[in-house]
Amino acid sequence: MALLELTHVHKRFGGLHAVNDVSFAVQPGQIKAVIGPNGAGKTTLFNCIAGTFPPSEGSVHFNGQPIEGLEPHRIASRGLSRTFQNIKLYPGLTALENVMIGRHCRSRAGFWAGMLRLPSTFREEREIRERSLEYLELLGIADLADSEATSLAFGQQRAVEFARALAAEPTLLLLDEPAAGLNIYETAEVARLITTIRDRGITVLLVEHDMSLVMDISDEIVVLSFGQKIAEDTPHNIQQNTEVIRIYLGEDDAAD
Amino acid sequence: MARYLPLALLAIVVIVVQQIAQWSDATYYLTQLTMTAYYSLVIVGLCLLMGYAGQISLGHAGFFAIGGYLSAMLTTHDLMPYQGNALFKALGSLGLLVHQQDLFGASVLHVTPWAACIAAVLTAALIAFCLGIPVLKLKGHYLAMATLGFGIIIFRVALATPLFGEADGISEVPGFTLLPGLTVSGDFAARTSNYYIAWGMVLLTMLLLSQLIHSRIGRALRAIHGSEEAARAMGVDTARYKLQTFVLSAVLAAVAGVFLTHFNGGLGPSEAGIMKSVRYVAIVAIGGMANLWGALIMGVVLNFLSLRGFFGTYDDAVFGAILIVIMLFAPHGLLHRGILRELKNLFRKNGHGPA
Repeated sequence: MALLELTHVHKRFGGLHAVNDVSFAVQPGQIKAVIGPNGAGKTTLFNCIAGTFPPSEGSVHFNGQPIEGLEPHRIASRGLSRTFQNIKLYPGLTALENVMIGRHCRSRAGFWAGMLRLPSTFREEREIRERSLEYLELLGIADLADSEATSLAFGQQRAVEFARALAAEPTLLLLDEPAAGLNIYETAEVARLITTIRDRGITVLLVEHDMSLVMDISDEIVVLSFGQKIAEDTPHNIQQNTEVIRIYLGEDDAAD
Repeated sequence: MARYLPLALLAIVVIVVQQIAQWSDATYYLTQLTMTAYYSLVIVGLCLLMGYAGQISLGHAGFFAIGGYLSAMLTTHDLMPYQGNALFKALGSLGLLVHQQDLFGASVLHVTPWAACIAAVLTAALIAFCLGIPVLKLKGHYLAMATLGFGIIIFRVALATPLFGEADGISEVPGFTLLPGLTVSGDFAARTSNYYIAWGMVLLTMLLLSQLIHSRIGRALRAIHGSEEAARAMGVDTARYKLQTFVLSAVLAAVAGVFLTHFNGGLGPSEAGIMKSVRYVAIVAIGGMANLWGALIMGVVLNFLSLRGFFGTYDDAVFGAILIVIMLFAPHGLLHRGILRELKNLFRKNGHGPA
């Protein structure tokens, strides 16, 4: 059974048909990529999956359950975690605290427990801290735990965001342009990291601009153009697909 | 633990101040310090809402007034005419009503202060809950305007309702006996015990809130402040936590209203005024927003000076001016971690001023 299944998903903003009848499935253990030129509707599609806004039409099933129209925090606690295209870390909090927020949906202490600091709360808090440190270590930034997250270098901030998403122990990780703004060395690092994540049993769906990254690591690729799915295939076949070459390189080049 | 050190320090300061006042025969200061303590409850509650959860309220004097006015009305309004009513009979048999003699020796029937206090605080919580559900969907200026509107309604209701004494407010509010021998009242003999009751409540509130801000919920609140979208994506139920924080801060304001009203023996519509709400916001801002201790310290200093009449008839103008100056020159407040560095910068030759 597919881990994530999109069926005839549409998203309209007024007269703009940002996502037009997109269907595809993500199998457990896959790395699947969604590519397409600017404005193809990739991020809109992501937001429909993660619950930022509901799709106008169509359904999204996660683990066999419909999740379209659910609030983002409910989708997150079902095991779907995400990163953002323009990194969204919490200012004023340390890198470690940012990652600790990631464990929010895997812990339970409420207002009363927090105010009274019950023994169970104390134990839970220690567990949150220890697990969060493990994720910082996994990303090789444990030494930055106590630095303010938003004052870190760009690549490091991206790593904190990865750690935060992983701390939620997702079964499916959505990565929105994980290589945006990174140099080729950092991009190679991200590629290595994504395969590591997959090897830990986490399914990955990413939206990406950087072709080298996508072609190297993806098992399958979905190509979007003007909101519509124009191809879905392995990286090798996508590279041969004349339609894909046409939208990426333009009509004339494709004819050559 | 470093977290409990400020609490221990505050307890010591509270005791030392009382002893000094005793020795120097200046116990009248304790009256203003008691009132200051109750205002501090409003301020630290608002600090949690504004500084940590990032949600402004320009209507917190409204919640203070709901607590104070309901408690005052219930403990002073004569229920003798309704004595035969089945509802009041039932209340009486539950021990929630008390027979007293008024100034002229006539028998009157009131609600007991404990029952009045609980009713007042629950009402404030319920109103905060019902108000919070729609208005906390708003952000920034819009939330400020909506809560301002709420504050104006409460002020006008207090000013226009005969039951609440219109422009005169409510006086002759009886003392509130918490435990036998421990009464919240303006009684001269009970000055010292009232000082300790008030500061005991501040200490308890600071203990609970400082544990809260270092908990899972406290982190979630700061995440909401930083990026609501990212907080939601990490599984934080932002609407629920904003509402809970709003209700908690309203409850603290209402409790302060109840206690201060019994201590002062009454209250007037100025307690519900917009300038009071602006004052609370100004104090949280000058205390450094996300800084419970900063808000407490600035609240104590400014409220004490204000109550001592230090600002004269320009009282409200001073708080307005503070708000302007803080927003222009120190948007992070006067008391925050970076302040020492900024001071050094200010006095260094090539230093740049506060960012």
